[in-house]
Amino acid sequence: MTSITKPPVRHPSLPKNALGLTKREYEGAMSTLCAGCGHDSVTAALVHALWELDLPPHRAAKMSGIGCSSKTTAYFLRQSHGFNGVHGRMPALATGANAANKSLAYIGISGDGDSLSIGLGQLCHAIRRNVNMLYVLENNGVYGLTKGQFSASADVGSKSKRGEPNVQPPIDPVLLALSLGATFVARSFSGDKSQLVPILKAAMRHTGFAIIDVISPCVSFNDHETSTKSYRYTRNHYHDVAPVDFVPLRREISAEVPDNSVVSVTMHDGSSVRFRKVDENYNPRDRDAAYAYVRARQGMGEVVTGLLYIDESAADMHGVSGTVDRPLVEIPYEELCPGSGALAELMTEYR
Amino acid sequence: MPQPSSTARINDFAFKIGTVNGTGSASANSLLMQAIFRMGIPVTGKNVFPSNIQGLPTWYEIRVSKDGYTARPEEVDLVVALNTATYAKDVAAVRPGGYLLYDSSWPLDDTLIREGITILGIPFGRMCVESFQGDRERTLLRNIAYAGALAALIEIDMDVIGEMLREKFSKKKSLLDANFTAIRLGYDYAKTHYDCPLPFRLEKMDATKDSILLDGNSAAALGAVYAGATVGAWYPITPSTSLMEAFKEYCERFRLDPATKQRKYCLIQAEDELAAAGMVIGAGWAGARSFTSTAGPGISLMSEFIGLAYYTEIPGVFFDIQRTGPSTGMPTRTQQGDLLSIAYLSHGDTKHIALFPANPEECFYLGVEAFDLAERFQTPVFVVSDLDIGMNDWMCPALKWDDAYRPDRGKVLGAEDLEKIQRFSRYFDTDGDGIAARTLPGASPKGGYFTRGSGHDKHAAYTEDSADYLEVVDRLARKLETASHAVPGPELHLQNENGSAGAIGIISLGGCHAAVLEGVDRLRSEGHSVDYMRVRAFPFAPSIRDFIEAHERCYVVEQNRDGQLRTLLAIETGIARDRMTSVLDYGGLPLTADRVVRGVLHGEASAKSPSYSPAREPAPSLSR
Repeated sequence: MTSITKPPVRHPSLPKNALGLTKREYEGAMSTLCAGCGHDSVTAALVHALWELDLPPHRAAKMSGIGCSSKTTAYFLRQSHGFNGVHGRMPALATGANAANKSLAYIGISGDGDSLSIGLGQLCHAIRRNVNMLYVLENNGVYGLTKGQFSASADVGSKSKRGEPNVQPPIDPVLLALSLGATFVARSFSGDKSQLVPILKAAMRHTGFAIIDVISPCVSFNDHETSTKSYRYTRNHYHDVAPVDFVPLRREISAEVPDNSVVSVTMHDGSSVRFRKVDENYNPRDRDAAYAYVRARQGMGEVVTGLLYIDESAADMHGVSGTVDRPLVEIPYEELCPGSGALAELMTEYR
Repeated sequence: MPQPSSTARINDFAFKIGTVNGTGSASANSLLMQAIFRMGIPVTGKNVFPSNIQGLPTWYEIRVSKDGYTARPEEVDLVVALNTATYAKDVAAVRPGGYLLYDSSWPLDDTLIREGITILGIPFGRMCVESFQGDRERTLLRNIAYAGALAALIEIDMDVIGEMLREKFSKKKSLLDANFTAIRLGYDYAKTHYDCPLPFRLEKMDATKDSILLDGNSAAALGAVYAGATVGAWYPITPSTSLMEAFKEYCERFRLDPATKQRKYCLIQAEDELAAAGMVIGAGWAGARSFTSTAGPGISLMSEFIGLAYYTEIPGVFFDIQRTGPSTGMPTRTQQGDLLSIAYLSHGDTKHIALFPANPEECFYLGVEAFDLAERFQTPVFVVSDLDIGMNDWMCPALKWDDAYRPDRGKVLGAEDLEKIQRFSRYFDTDGDGIAARTLPGASPKGGYFTRGSGHDKHAAYTEDSADYLEVVDRLARKLETASHAVPGPELHLQNENGSAGAIGIISLGGCHAAVLEGVDRLRSEGHSVDYMRVRAFPFAPSIRDFIEAHERCYVVEQNRDGQLRTLLAIETGIARDRMTSVLDYGGLPLTADRVVRGVLHGEASAKSPSYSPAREPAPSLSR
């Protein structure tokens, strides 16, 4: 279980980031997931991305619901506060926490059951509010902890381990997010760390709701011949439409050779995300085109991956609410209480 | 024509006005009530309204009481009938010997004429059609016209009404003139055609100068502002909606950054009550004072998150403005039906702190206290109000604020505190009060811990070990035990100053208070020896058990079918349920003193006979 702690072995030659921290210091407890679980690869990619971003671990808040994926918040950033809430309700907890203290980096980890069935409503509304957070949806098409039931992302015809085919149409989190007005939509694969790490970094720097649907095969219940969320299926039908490079603000970018196939998007903090366009027609800033492209490729049996859509111009929840720049938790009480004089004056209006 | 009465009743009567909702009668009704209040006379107004926007019957009941009684009246001396659809009900509602004033533009059917009451007709509709242009203006001003007629009939000070109209329409001269015209239409017609005043009338007093007219939801919202709450999350539901709307209004006035006009609060209209509860808990976890307001159906939806907050020990304030249940119930009728569910809300062994304000004044003070208790005990705290308190304007003492107040943030370890300790263990009770110190996210690298609804030990680590689990849940029981000594104790109204117990002990809570106080006075004046205890919080303070044990016969007055407070008292004190007799009223209307007196007297009579039954009676219908 998640109480197993890793031995704090520090190799002297491990590289350090700008904070002087090694990757070890971005790790958490020992994973208790099945050997080979895609989720552990996502955790590893996240550790790598956060380390590269020089994020002070205690300035992150890890949020999750219930399920195999939700357990993984214990496996990274041991110094951070983590919140393993109730099933499908992580977005509400993250929204409230973010409303109170917007200065933290909110990392939400969820799964397809947690996000697309019991928590579908909360996911939709967190997207609509553009809550400033990373939302990783570790998608394996199956309920693992309760041992193998189909989830709402299982494809039609995909068979369970016992051979029963799924007949209900799937909910695609990418299409859902695009249609709801999400400002950062990506899809990746747990088995492709080289793609996932830069996407995670870009998502962390995005101001607003950044959702990444990560196909993350379940080795125990859904990694077999007939599953469309298996390692084999995903590798065979993988289509990286918009490979991403994340360029932090401080890194020199002058060495880059101008290239017509590169799209560069400047993030709020001045860093940038750059896409290499594999497909000439793909435009990651055109929501309708992104939707149409993903749909068309799905029709060909392809899983389109990459940073599929980004809009850095939209205001996040605080921008829309018009809250002060300071996190609300940092405002001293004296500034919040109108005092006895104001109350006495107000009382005259109720006479 | 009414005969002049030699025994005129001054400042002690009730009247009600039957109109159609959505026609603007609400503002005329509050004008009437406010005018009486400004005449220095204690006054109460109860709005009996439908769950509808326009076109259904609605009533407004006004009681004036020189003695300061504010409970709903059971009988009315005068009914103003302006809705032809309810003429029959309205005629029936007049007490014998009372008056009916109706709009004679639409004549009263002969079959409705009733012996023993005096019927007055004034053609408000016709006069307004003749005097004003346009349907809207005619409809709105008809309300002001009946206010004018009442001014003549019961002697509301026309100067006071004039002053109020001038305040309201200071910037709209044409509206001001039209309103004055309308007031005079009603006033002059009544004066010309009837012998004014009626045998009951108003006379200026000086009994309201330190008071205000305020609804409980506004008062609670003000409490949240003064307590320093910064995050509110809610889903619209009658009768709680106006609480969050008032919070926003006050914040727009008091919580804007003077330079940037940016907001020092964040109000989120959630997708449902589940999400609202989650947002409150998320914000509480992150260190904000956070709250929601809801009603019974919302409480049901929040139950899952409340269990999480209880077990993970996260503060949050939950205002429950009760309405009738079960299920959707009657959304615009009052009840105290959520007591049992709130006390132990959610699955597993849970227990919660709940406060029971009796009036808007307490919604403010207990509202502030709720935030302190929530943070001190790191747990959800409920403020259990109801529709009557929340949505009606009550006369209460002007709210006051002590600038020395500082929030009780409870045991929170900051970066400096954490430097001084070896290891932070989130759920380790160092001093035996059952409360462990918490840390806020982002404060320090030494303060991180994992919050989990699953089994956890005192270090917040996952566990499935019995002993480690028991250590935590047994401490939670200890924490709530500590809370029973810290919550507001009961308010005692004892008959004997020397402390010797009366024969009868009445126990009640919340919005029943005004009616019970009045009932107690009446019972005492009839020679009964009565003590009254108002329960103000759960878990129960030890003195609550003492009161029950000290009284031979106890009556528990509450507004639900099953005697939920009585059950709670029995569960928590161990005193047999049968030791207490229920006096129940749960038809959806505010409690009356008559109901309390009848219930207790019924019980007293039954106590002397072998067949012993709880004092129930059919609830009064809307029209009685």
